[in-house]
Amino acid sequence: MNYVIIGNSAAAVGCIEGIRSVDPDGAITVISKEPYHVYSRPLISYLIYGKTDEQRMKYRPDSFYEDNGVKAMLGVAVEKVDYTKRRVLLENGEQVPFDKLLFATGSAPFVPPMAGLDEVKKKFSFMKLDDAKVLQSELNPESRVLILGAGLIGLKCAEGILRKVKKVTVVDLAPRILPSILDEEGSEIVRKHIEEQGVQFYLANSVAQFHKNTACLKDGTELEFDLLVLAVGVRPETKLAAGIGCKVNRGILTDAHCATNLPDVYAAGDCSESLDITVNQQRVLALLPNAYMQGETAGITMAGGEKSYNKAIPMNAVGFFGLHIVTAGSYDGEAYVVKEGSNYKKMVSKDNLLKGYILIGDVARAGIYTSLIRERTPLDSIDYELIKEKPQLMAFTAAERAVKLGGARNEN
Amino acid sequence: MKRIYVNEKWCLGCHLCEYYCAFANSGSDDMVKALKDIRIHPRIRIEEKQGISFAVSCRHCAEPLCVKSCITGALRADNGVIAVDKNKCVGCYTCIMICPYGAIMPGVDGSVVQKCELCTNNAFGEPACVQGCPNRAIVFEER
Amino acid sequence: MPIDFLYPEYEVIRNPQRCIACRVCERQCANEVHSYDQELNLMKSDESKCVNCHRCVALCPTRALKIVKTDHTFKTNANWTNEVIGEIYRQAGTGGMLLSSMGNPKPYPVYWDKILINASQVTNPSIDPLREPMETRTFLGKRPEKPERNLDGTLKTENLPPNLELSVPVMFSAMSYGSISYNAHESLARAAQELGIYYNTGEGGLHEDFYRYGANTIVQVASGRFGVHKDYLEAGAAIEIKIGQGAKPGIGGHLPGAKIVGDVSRTRMIPEGSDAISPAPHHDIYSIEDLRQLVYSLKEATDYKKPVIVKIAAVHNVAAIASGIARSGADIIAIDGYRGGTGAAPTRIRDNVGIPIELALAAVDERLRQEKIRNNVSLVVGGSIRNSADIVKAIALGADAVYIATAALLALGCHLCRSCQTGKCNWGIATQRPDLVKRLNPDIGYKRLVNLVSAWQHEIKEMMGGMGINSIEALKGNRLMLRGIGLNEKELEILGIKHAGE
Repeated sequence: MNYVIIGNSAAAVGCIEGIRSVDPDGAITVISKEPYHVYSRPLISYLIYGKTDEQRMKYRPDSFYEDNGVKAMLGVAVEKVDYTKRRVLLENGEQVPFDKLLFATGSAPFVPPMAGLDEVKKKFSFMKLDDAKVLQSELNPESRVLILGAGLIGLKCAEGILRKVKKVTVVDLAPRILPSILDEEGSEIVRKHIEEQGVQFYLANSVAQFHKNTACLKDGTELEFDLLVLAVGVRPETKLAAGIGCKVNRGILTDAHCATNLPDVYAAGDCSESLDITVNQQRVLALLPNAYMQGETAGITMAGGEKSYNKAIPMNAVGFFGLHIVTAGSYDGEAYVVKEGSNYKKMVSKDNLLKGYILIGDVARAGIYTSLIRERTPLDSIDYELIKEKPQLMAFTAAERAVKLGGARNEN
Repeated sequence: MKRIYVNEKWCLGCHLCEYYCAFANSGSDDMVKALKDIRIHPRIRIEEKQGISFAVSCRHCAEPLCVKSCITGALRADNGVIAVDKNKCVGCYTCIMICPYGAIMPGVDGSVVQKCELCTNNAFGEPACVQGCPNRAIVFEER
Repeated sequence: MPIDFLYPEYEVIRNPQRCIACRVCERQCANEVHSYDQELNLMKSDESKCVNCHRCVALCPTRALKIVKTDHTFKTNANWTNEVIGEIYRQAGTGGMLLSSMGNPKPYPVYWDKILINASQVTNPSIDPLREPMETRTFLGKRPEKPERNLDGTLKTENLPPNLELSVPVMFSAMSYGSISYNAHESLARAAQELGIYYNTGEGGLHEDFYRYGANTIVQVASGRFGVHKDYLEAGAAIEIKIGQGAKPGIGGHLPGAKIVGDVSRTRMIPEGSDAISPAPHHDIYSIEDLRQLVYSLKEATDYKKPVIVKIAAVHNVAAIASGIARSGADIIAIDGYRGGTGAAPTRIRDNVGIPIELALAAVDERLRQEKIRNNVSLVVGGSIRNSADIVKAIALGADAVYIATAALLALGCHLCRSCQTGKCNWGIATQRPDLVKRLNPDIGYKRLVNLVSAWQHEIKEMMGGMGINSIEALKGNRLMLRGIGLNEKELEILGIKHAGE
């Protein structure tokens, strides 16, 4: 059996570990444009910050490919996939045959057209290790950095570089930061905290025109900068898949086994869509845990095992300058909000289920909440009033606790 | 594999497990030296309410969500024991977000996480909470 | 506030260099002796509430605690001792009887400690129990008058009187569910089953959960008749009629309504909250003839399949009473000495009424032998059997088996603080408070009981082997194996033993 994985990040690792849990022998080939041993992309901001280094940010040990009998073809791009002949054609002319193929191609930064952007010499994306390395080499204590985009990537970048440069300014079209994961009140708390650290925001604003090192904003503000970071958005990399006839929406469409519409072809991670159970819709859930679990599901399925991934939800754990944020699910429903000092909590329930939550500051034991969402625990089967106060297993019945903690078997 | 099981019927809420845990992971061979005048950060925590109490620590799941979700690869299962490589951990708290038991918590200064590692990485070798439990409410056994 | 004349008896000594303020002492003290001062980050104690039960001492992870007797004192007086003065203050304050629990703590002579055991040298050589069989099994109940054989020469085994078979001549004596906790009962029941011996329900009925240990249960019928019904009588392996108890001969019992809750009420078959008052006498027993009626009623009710025990306290004319009981149809006589324990008794009674079990046993055994009715009954003695040597001595003095209760409770964690009557037993034994009851995990408790009795069994075998005796039956009443030390002629005469050196 020949397994081929295009891509070399969390979904690929999940796939390899998934395959190996079922099939110890089949040949696995990993093909990646990037020349690096598998590393964790979300760590690039920590790399610049100095909290990790290239060795420590490796997602798996150096011996990972060897241990798992994986042929790693790194630093080589895929030209296209010949589905009928079941082979992957590489840019270097090589051909790699496959029996089962996984697209784990991730996503790429998306840059909208902006007037004068071509005039900006020092502009960077912030997705990959190479992006971080290049950016880092350009940073100096006098740098003024302009970041376009107040989402997770832009703000993690801001955190990573703030102490190394003179000034960091963030511009976003949206009226608030982190709009994809936070509500207004939460955004406000986090924005204030980040501002207190020295980051300057221009929200509900955008660049009308670049003139070399000056950005003219829509409201007339002129910002001088030395370096520009583009963190406006990302797009799933679906070109190769679409090229062979995989159905693609925003991302590659997959079922609960991470299979595409084409036999023997699978997709996982940021390039694909999965079913967000909190809204019952196919969505791109570009999160590392999701990528790993999709990859693992794909791998097990490819190797003939039985596995479904049917608990996908959006969820994020992120911190900015010591302020921790954990969010999960979606926020349409009845909200319960508590604000105490710098701590913020919002829990959203609907149809007797917890649909989503936001925790800022005190995030202890947040996973108990996440589990309520993922497991679709009926709220009337627990003491919801109690668990609203703080995440705790006391809110479950004694019988349920006996299953969770006491090793009792679930009768259901 | 041997796991820690909690029998809340016998839990007295005495909190000794927390202190034995803190001691075991202190690196000191003297409990007084290790714990006097400090606020402890045990990896096992008692929940209690109206006469019910029980200890919660890592279940060392066979399908560990924390390991699958860890963004750095710091959380790994080694012979079923799930441990965190503090050198790799960056304190993103993704594991705190995903653990259904709330059994992973920030370490003392919050920069990395900590969790029960069944005392495999300290001088105790066998879970200290189990040794310290006066009423066998926490047991370490094969089931 | 009126003057409190009483000064705390004990002091809590906390070593501040060791205390880590984990507060386990505070959480574990039902008497609320310990408290934590947030401001000072210090543990404090109010020793006036301390009963010296050692729960805090035992659980303190850094051994920062000890309890000492206070050296605060009145002017020294051998007659008006601190204790006497304190008791007067207490009664002057309350107007009530003094209550105590567990056994008589007064410094009366302990005859066990004045009796020595023999060993073989050269002649009649000793036996090594590790190499040779050593029988500790014994049977309780009437003996057939003579062995009868079938025509083919085999022994007739039909129609033998009902007997109890014990793997070791030890049983757990009566402690009611109510006076002790569910978990204590479960520990005793499971230990009895594993050991092949018996435990005793006391006068509290038998909890429905414990019917499954029936084959190792003695069910008691006492003057209050609590919890007695046909199923109950049939559940047990034997039935014990309780006439008296060593700790409080001549008086009844009183379990306060506060302890008659939930299962205790159901098991006793009395309403929740009602006091459980056991009358001093059985109101249907005023003579041996009356007793015989009850014995036979119970036998009739259980189809003559179960031996009936009559339990009395050791009192002055115990020998004559025992003789009467032996003629009443009872199969076993249990005698409880004056150091026997209790969950609650008037202090004056506990400390002043009754006689030592050693003397009572010797007198009863001798009397029954003289009257040639010794084989009609077995003798079980209790009232402070403290170790295996006490057992060996009791059997050599004429007992068939012993009852232990205080020792069993000690094995379960009792620290003899003698505060059972407060219902706040920190060890989960003499309490019905759920948070305290759970402190006794029967998985631990029963094993400790099994350990204790097994250890004693080994020691009994060693001592028997030393005497050149290889079975309990051969030790029974074998007073030649005993010698007195420091005893006067009268004591030796009653005990029926020679003085050491004779």
